[in-house]
Amino acid sequence: MATSRPSKASKRRRQPSSDQQRKADIVDDAADNLVSLFVDHPASDEENNGDQEESPIDGEDGGGHEDENATGSDASDESSEYSDDDDEDEDEVEEEGSDNEDEDEEEKADEPVVGIGEEMASKPANDSALAKENGELASSSMPSYAVAADPKEYDFDSSDEEDVRNTVGNVPMEWYNDYPHIGYDWQGEKIIKPATANEIDKFLKRMDDPNFWKTVKDKLTGQDVVLSDQDLEIIQKLQLGKLTGSGEAYEPFEDIFSHEVMDTPLSSRAPSKRSFLPSLLEKDKVSKLVYAIKMGLIKPARDWKTPTDEAEEKEEQFYAIWTPEESIEDSKSARARKRNAISAPKIALPGHAESYNPPAEYLMTEKEKQRWRAEDREDRRLDFMPRQYKSLRLLPAWNRFIKDRFERCLDLYLCPRQRKMKVNVDPEDLIPKLPKPKDLQPFPTTEAVRYLGHSDIVRSISVHQDGQFLASGSDDCSARIWEVSTGRCYKTFVMPDPVVYVGWCPKRDLMLLAVAAGSSVYFLNPEVGNKLVSSNTDHLLDKVISSDVTNAITSFHKASPEERKQGFRITVRHSKKVANLTWHPKGDFFATIMGEGPAGMLIVHQLSKLTSDVPWKKLGTVTKVLFHDYVKTEKDEEEDPADKDPYKRVILVALQREVRIYNLKKLDTVSKKLEPNCNYVSCMAIHPKGDNVLVGSYDRRVSWFDLDSSNKPYQTMRHHSRGVRQVTFHKKYPLFASCSDDGSVIVSHGMVYNDLNQFPLIVPVKELKGHAHNVESGLNVLDVQFHPTQPWVFSAGADRTVRLYV
Amino acid sequence: MGKMKKQHSSGIATQYISRSQAVKKLQISLKDFRRLCILKGIYPNEPKNKKKANKGSTAVRTFYYAKDIQFLAHEPIIQKFRDFKVFMKKLKRADVYNDPASTARLKRNKPVYKLDHVVKERYPTFADAVRDLDDCLSMCYLFATFSKSKSTPERILRLCRRLTVEFMHYVIAAKALRKVFVSIKGIYYQADVQGQTVTWIVPHSLPSHQPADVDFKVMLTFTEFYVTMLGFVNFNLYTQMNLLYPPKLAGEDEVNRADDRDFVSTEENLRERVFALNQSLATAMSSVEEEVQMDEFPAATETDASAVEKARQEFEQNKKIGTLFEGKKFFLNREVPREMMVFLIRACGGECSWDRTTAFGATFDEEDKSIAYQLVDRPMEKKQQVINRYYLQPQWVFDSINARRLLPVEPYFVGQKLPPHLSPFVDNSQYQPITAPVILPATGFRAPDIGQDKDEEVSESEDEEGNDADSKAQQPSRKKLRKAVAQEKPEMAVRRGIAKVEDKKKAAEQEAAEERRLAILTIPKKRKRLFDQIMYSKKAQQKEARKLNSKRKAIESEVVETKKAKV
Repeated sequence: MATSRPSKASKRRRQPSSDQQRKADIVDDAADNLVSLFVDHPASDEENNGDQEESPIDGEDGGGHEDENATGSDASDESSEYSDDDDEDEDEVEEEGSDNEDEDEEEKADEPVVGIGEEMASKPANDSALAKENGELASSSMPSYAVAADPKEYDFDSSDEEDVRNTVGNVPMEWYNDYPHIGYDWQGEKIIKPATANEIDKFLKRMDDPNFWKTVKDKLTGQDVVLSDQDLEIIQKLQLGKLTGSGEAYEPFEDIFSHEVMDTPLSSRAPSKRSFLPSLLEKDKVSKLVYAIKMGLIKPARDWKTPTDEAEEKEEQFYAIWTPEESIEDSKSARARKRNAISAPKIALPGHAESYNPPAEYLMTEKEKQRWRAEDREDRRLDFMPRQYKSLRLLPAWNRFIKDRFERCLDLYLCPRQRKMKVNVDPEDLIPKLPKPKDLQPFPTTEAVRYLGHSDIVRSISVHQDGQFLASGSDDCSARIWEVSTGRCYKTFVMPDPVVYVGWCPKRDLMLLAVAAGSSVYFLNPEVGNKLVSSNTDHLLDKVISSDVTNAITSFHKASPEERKQGFRITVRHSKKVANLTWHPKGDFFATIMGEGPAGMLIVHQLSKLTSDVPWKKLGTVTKVLFHDYVKTEKDEEEDPADKDPYKRVILVALQREVRIYNLKKLDTVSKKLEPNCNYVSCMAIHPKGDNVLVGSYDRRVSWFDLDSSNKPYQTMRHHSRGVRQVTFHKKYPLFASCSDDGSVIVSHGMVYNDLNQFPLIVPVKELKGHAHNVESGLNVLDVQFHPTQPWVFSAGADRTVRLYV
Repeated sequence: MGKMKKQHSSGIATQYISRSQAVKKLQISLKDFRRLCILKGIYPNEPKNKKKANKGSTAVRTFYYAKDIQFLAHEPIIQKFRDFKVFMKKLKRADVYNDPASTARLKRNKPVYKLDHVVKERYPTFADAVRDLDDCLSMCYLFATFSKSKSTPERILRLCRRLTVEFMHYVIAAKALRKVFVSIKGIYYQADVQGQTVTWIVPHSLPSHQPADVDFKVMLTFTEFYVTMLGFVNFNLYTQMNLLYPPKLAGEDEVNRADDRDFVSTEENLRERVFALNQSLATAMSSVEEEVQMDEFPAATETDASAVEKARQEFEQNKKIGTLFEGKKFFLNREVPREMMVFLIRACGGECSWDRTTAFGATFDEEDKSIAYQLVDRPMEKKQQVINRYYLQPQWVFDSINARRLLPVEPYFVGQKLPPHLSPFVDNSQYQPITAPVILPATGFRAPDIGQDKDEEVSESEDEEGNDADSKAQQPSRKKLRKAVAQEKPEMAVRRGIAKVEDKKKAAEQEAAEERRLAILTIPKKRKRLFDQIMYSKKAQQKEARKLNSKRKAIESEVVETKKAKV
């Protein structure tokens, strides 16, 4: 009825791609299988009777739908869609309305057929399961090819004949057990259960019907369905666990877009005009090449295969590049660059040790070898171990040769270069040219006398002005008087405390010795030498002190007759320990430093008046004091014409880090401040002429100050290797000496010229060594003093001796 | 008020440029930058003030002169590097696309750079190039021993071999060899090339260990440049010597022997003969042998005069080396390193040959009656020796060259224990090792002292040493005598006092030493440091010498004891 009616859908489906076609075929096969399930279904037979003449496939189609109904699968629509692949389908669509009604009625008639489910129940359990599975299979196997379907097809696809289907959905059919109906059709009408056959009927049917064993009951419709042979085959396959598909699992793949040229093109589009025309761009390029070849711009390709040509090409060509006439004019910067270039240092040339047959002394001993092996490669002085081979033939290859060359390469291009000034100086040129000590004689050179007797460290020594007697003070609480020339000990004075200082009164016509021990200063008359001098001294002292005098700071005590016998004359008691004492050159004044350590408070005393005074109350700790009287210059007189004193009297006070010079007349102002640039001033000496000062310090330095020129040292001498203990000038000779804890006394020539333009000449002339180191105290030479007239030097040491060097 | 100056915009900060900045500026990869630096001889510089150069930062950086980098930027090789990068890309593409035609085409048109202009640029004059020849020669000699591999292409290896041989030919022709030293590391040669001293090291001919931690590519880049440089230097040297370049053998026709020609092609034969170093080269034109004379300079001062005299002596000595083996024929045994010996003997004017079957280039046979010396380096029976020639160990050649005269042959006879081989590069002022083996005075026999330059000096020194030995021998006996006398006499006797003789010399020495010690005290602080540094190195040298001396004495006394024990 619809054969002549082409529709949109049919058109679309008629010319599918080959792929689609293939899919459609598969679908058909599957549909056939399923449809055949219900071939023997009586209802379907009847139902399709009308159509069957026209299209047998349509009938199958309907069956297929029923199956879907039975399973309640969602895929039912899709399956139908593919099953009615044929043209006839569309025809039905056209006549939807009329056909549907007819079919409905037919279905209704069919409804009372026995429920398939009940039938199944009677069958073996696995059979029912199989049936279920079958339904599932139908639903699950369908979508695999149904997905490709166009959803739009529903619009025109009508499966009206299926309206017999139960619309209750996927609900348990037991719910309808108590009702006469089994569900509802699409119009909402009840589907009445088919009449159930009684036992006799059943029995008869079993006997009569040869298909009884393969008749099952459709649960949804309650009708009996006879399974076809194909259905049974599928069931058997399922039982065996096989695939239920009709054909092979892996069918050969048919490629639609293959390399084979098809007779009819897939696209009907006509080829472009451009594809028939030659390219203009190519034409342009070719013409350019032709032109270049014609003009000789491009040479035709060579025949590369001839090997001789290649060899010639590769062979290096050398020629004269250093021609004298050809000189490149460099720019200024290029020239500068070349000038600044640092050429790489050449490799070090090998020494004897590297020889294959070195002298035996260059070979390593076992011990050296061990040390060499233990060292890191970088630390080794030799990067190889010297070895001796008896003959050249035994000499192996050096296994670090390549590595050495490589390292050299790295040095050449990676190592930063720097121009370093290499000092090519003869070390002798660095030693200043000074007069030879031989030409600067006299100076003490050898040890002449050793004064033995003290039983502890000798702290201080002093030589009398006439040069005959030497006084020494020691930690053994004694002061001794020695004869210089013989070394004989004339007198020993026992003190209550260790003696820190002994000093003769600078006045030549007095025989008065000051001894500082503990917190007292004792004035003694040793009664040695000229008796007249001694008696004169006593006479003078008697005049000075008649009774004890007490000051604010100190007290002067006259010695008792007993003490007088022992030689004591006056005792000056301090409140604290006396660290040091200094005589004024006139012999009337003296200054003491009072404190617990080596430094302390400065007190100035006047012997003739028995007074003590603290000139600077806020000075701080004083380490050393010196008095000096200058003969006044014209300039000095101009400054203070009122002062008739022919001398300019100064006091030098050494503080810890500086030396202050005060004019005794104007104590409130510092006239000069010397900066020896040291941490702790230990000693100080003034040149007899007064313009030069030596300052020794515990930090090993002796500084020479020229007071006329600067408050900075003219020269700093680092002659000693340890702290300097004492410095002293000779009164007559241009000599000065320094002693230190390193055990040496260095005698230097220190010439001061009258010409102010000429700098003092300082030459160390002799190093006197002899005193032994005192391990307990760490002290060595503690005091050094010159003989007043001779170029002799005395030294007092921690080894309990006093020595004289002449 | 002027505008405030921005920091780091002048001075050291702008003079130097860090490596990463340089790479960025040149727009090349770090690898290419390194290659470029190697080829162009650009090296990092240590700035005078690192912090300033680093713009205030204290990070560790390598600095180059900014001007150097600017100079590199104009280098045409950079473009070649870039071309090569493009080439590699194309080649890779062609490979991937399996396109053999374009691969072949690309390979044919592979960008190649030439280094001729770099040589000229780096060494504006020939003398500059010769001065920098040390590393170049050492590297070329090393590469000549390599076998072909990916990192050592055959072209370079062939060129290295060729150029080193050419250079040796030049040294032979110019009689420029000065010193030779066989060390455990290799053989050091020193030659006087155009007034410049060139020292190079040649590895021992055995295959050496190939280390894993060496980047052969770096070495190859160096060698690329060195090969070009050596080629041009050789060309210049040959042309100055009037020799043909590439070298051709003189009198080729007569010497081109039939028996050798049978084995190889004429071309190869010729090359092998050149490589054998045993024949002189052909000159471009027959030149008159001109006696080289030293220029006369009027000496301005006395010291100049002595310097001139010294230079003259040196010159004469050097001239001697060229004719040291003049007219002497040497035959080399198989085991003697051939190339080295041929080079040495021929550079000193000698002739040499070897067994014809061992190598090309033999000129006379072992049976030749005129052979004066045969160099042997293995034990040899007396019976095998021919009477009218000396069978010597190769060390005789080295020591003779270094001594600049023919040394006595006796210590070098086959089987003799060789005297030590000393380095000719060492100044022996601190310690003079004895070259002769230790000989005992008691035996009365004394080997000639071969360390000395003149025979007269030898005798003098021998006499002196003899006297010393005598006095030393007498001293202990005198002491013993005195002891014996003391023991003989009874305890309570008046003994004759021994006058304490004041050693005036020693006293003077002591005095001088003390004077010096005091004088050192007066060195100002500023110079004291320098003085101490100099004295430190001096003392180290002295210590070394003392150590060697004591070691030698120990060895000598050991020898004496063993001899005594034997007796």
